[in-house]
Amino acid sequence: MTSITDVSPAARRTAPLGLLAYVALAAVAVFFAATHSFDAYITNILMQAATYSVAVMGLTVVLGLCGQINLAQAAFFGLGAYAVGLGTVDYGLNFWVCIGLGLVTVLAAGAFLGASTIRLGGHYLAMVTISFQQIVTLVMINWIPVTHGPDGVSGISRPGLFTTAQAYLAFCVTVLAVVGYLVWRLPSSPLGRAMRAVRDNELAASVAGIDVQRTKVTAFAICALLGGLGGALFAGGFAYVSPDQFSFAESIVFLTMVLLGGVASPIGAVVGTGLLILIPEWLRFLKSVPGLYLAIYGLAVILIVLFMPDGIWGWISQFTRRFGSRSGVAPVRAEATALELRGSSGHAPEVLRVEGLAKHFGGLKAVDGVSFSVKRGSVHALIGPNGSGKTTTLNVLSGIYAPTAGSITLDGLDVTNLPPHRRTIAGLGRTFQNIRLFRTMTAVENVIIGAEHPGNPVQKAHHALDARARAALAFVGLGDRADELVTSFSYGHQRLIEIARALAGNPTLLLLDEPAAGLNSTEKLELTALLKRIAAKGLTILIIDHDMTLVSDVAEHITVLNFGRRIADGDPVSVLNHPDVVTAYLGSEPDAPY
Amino acid sequence: MDLVLQLLFTGIGIGSVYALVALGFVLIFRATNVVNFAQGEFSMVAAFLMVIFAVDLGWPYWLSALLSLGGMAVYGVIFNLGVYYPLRHRTYLPVIISTIGASILVTNTMLALYGPQPQVLAPVFETPGFNIGPVYLDSQYLLIIAVTIVLVAFQYWFFEHTLLGKKLQATSQDKEMASLLGIPVAAMIMITFVYSALIGGLAGILVAPILFVSIQMGGTIALKAFAATIIGGFGDVAGAIIGGLALGVIETFGAAYVSVPYKDGFAFLVLVLFLVFRPQGLFGERVAEKA
Repeated sequence: MTSITDVSPAARRTAPLGLLAYVALAAVAVFFAATHSFDAYITNILMQAATYSVAVMGLTVVLGLCGQINLAQAAFFGLGAYAVGLGTVDYGLNFWVCIGLGLVTVLAAGAFLGASTIRLGGHYLAMVTISFQQIVTLVMINWIPVTHGPDGVSGISRPGLFTTAQAYLAFCVTVLAVVGYLVWRLPSSPLGRAMRAVRDNELAASVAGIDVQRTKVTAFAICALLGGLGGALFAGGFAYVSPDQFSFAESIVFLTMVLLGGVASPIGAVVGTGLLILIPEWLRFLKSVPGLYLAIYGLAVILIVLFMPDGIWGWISQFTRRFGSRSGVAPVRAEATALELRGSSGHAPEVLRVEGLAKHFGGLKAVDGVSFSVKRGSVHALIGPNGSGKTTTLNVLSGIYAPTAGSITLDGLDVTNLPPHRRTIAGLGRTFQNIRLFRTMTAVENVIIGAEHPGNPVQKAHHALDARARAALAFVGLGDRADELVTSFSYGHQRLIEIARALAGNPTLLLLDEPAAGLNSTEKLELTALLKRIAAKGLTILIIDHDMTLVSDVAEHITVLNFGRRIADGDPVSVLNHPDVVTAYLGSEPDAPY
Repeated sequence: MDLVLQLLFTGIGIGSVYALVALGFVLIFRATNVVNFAQGEFSMVAAFLMVIFAVDLGWPYWLSALLSLGGMAVYGVIFNLGVYYPLRHRTYLPVIISTIGASILVTNTMLALYGPQPQVLAPVFETPGFNIGPVYLDSQYLLIIAVTIVLVAFQYWFFEHTLLGKKLQATSQDKEMASLLGIPVAAMIMITFVYSALIGGLAGILVAPILFVSIQMGGTIALKAFAATIIGGFGDVAGAIIGGLALGVIETFGAAYVSVPYKDGFAFLVLVLFLVFRPQGLFGERVAEKA
């Protein structure tokens, strides 16, 4: 789902104002809920809307922010509800203790499910969450001695302070307001940015230093936690829980709520939840035919995905954004500071040492025992004809492939078995041949993510990261367009943003994968100049490219691969005149004299 | 020992159904790179069509089966055009969600039309079964096993020895290259959906006399078939068949020796064990995203 989270940079600058408005609005809502006396029917609807909204916001986090699916939200909701129901009724525990126990349970279940499946990709997660949902329902129905079976648990009491429906409703609205605020602010926090990066491009996220697996599991656990919290509140609100309230069908209802309202914002969650609680109340006659009501939900899901992928709130905010930008205030721009590059303080003369590196795909030896080393402060080029194993070598170096044999030492540290994000933290930066940016973000947000990894010796306060990202963009020549969406940049400029993203992370070694690919001749000249400016700052560069003009222009040292093996290594002049290299590139006539 | 043989026979019989549905899963996955979460409903819809033709209208069994399969072909076309095709250029997530929506829509439409009461479909043969030594061979199970063997053999021949089969394989391996070679990719995907709906439907028709025809049968079968594809290795055709058979056997033994109410839980257990310890399945290779 390629939804744009609605926290634009402009929105962030006006954050204090937004916060004030939010607090005022929330206070009014809580006050209204606490003082206005509704009839019991309305109170019930509001109570359901408030508790459901908390659970639906969990889906905002996991689906909207992180791009992962959860089809068991009703199960987590049910676990929270049963913790409160069984705890207070059967075991006489305090209400708050039960909420705590429920949250611990859902958090553990969510983390376990996430950790066991998430690395395998979305399809598995979808099916595993469906299975989990069915298991929970099976247990609720069949484990009668503990769960009371299909009869459910009745007579659940509310905590001391909030025994009246009115007071309890005010309490639920307060919790909703707090959760809503946290979910609203999450996208612009480091964790939220990591989630969005993972959603937009997992591979780029890992290479930018984000622990993709942990980020996804965290998102999933937060989703489960909010599900459990909503369920616990629900149990107190309605005093009765039974298995059919937490079935797979309810998980689909939750999913429809978040999709209808819009996955990108907690406001969408509230809008979707409210509508899907009210509409069925208005159309009560639909419930007289079993199935009809859910069939319409199913149809609604398809239609929303087809025609309104950003949901109602996404559609509204798109509209207001377009309207707003016409009268828009020009963003205030701070003068960009100069980019400082301080890689590691290591002393080894070699920044990178590769020994006996091999990568076999079945019988294909893409890389077959390659050794070379990159001297500190040098620009080193790795070249070779198509299919010689260059890009495979780069992918093994950055941790995307595990090597079949050999070792990789980065600045004195053996990184052979580290995952990509750990190598980035250890001082590796890289770009991709086919550009991998976070497509729903601005240029500066992309670069901030590159600066944010824990191995970067800069301040992690937001303004410091922001300043560093702007400095990196200014360094590559895009400083005045920092707040534009990356998709509005030309191909060549997107490549520069990738380089800025890598530079912002203060790498010890910069890996460039065919940076000149797809550039026109002017852009290639600009690139050459940029590489020379980077090299002048003392950063070590390993570049892979086909473009001989570029390579011989910037490289001090060249390693040549062919058929996965090293055929030459040395300074540009001697290497490019090496007979094996000439043969590899131009072919040879059997009787041609060398 | 007799009980073991008996359970083995039953397990392979029910496992054949999982294998057929898993096969449909894998074919669509290979052609479109998305998992169809409404795969189980192919079986459910076909079983309900059988109830309409053979029970409600009282038409002969073979005619009802033919008409049901014809209906499934049409269903496959509609499914592709309504649920997958408009989303083909989006990421997998909207497509998954759309197939889930389709599953909910179809299941509950059937519920609205037929109510929650399971429908009964008589077995194909008058003779319910016979004994070979101590083992009782149920004729419906025998039929399922026989049809599965024939279908797998046909599919092997079709994909390996016909031009259309080769074109389908080319499409599933590299859509762009296939279209450059003049293969009509959209048509190939359409054929895949129709074929997948047909084998899913056939599985549904075969299993209906054993399981009852209910709105839940689709979801149950889909979960088992998915677990089967994980066991066999995702995207692997032979793996799906062996995974399906293995799951049928595991489940039958689990129900006999461990617990009946949690019978459907074994698939989940096996699924999670494989995901944790051998996510690439028995035959699959781990696929990594290319940089």
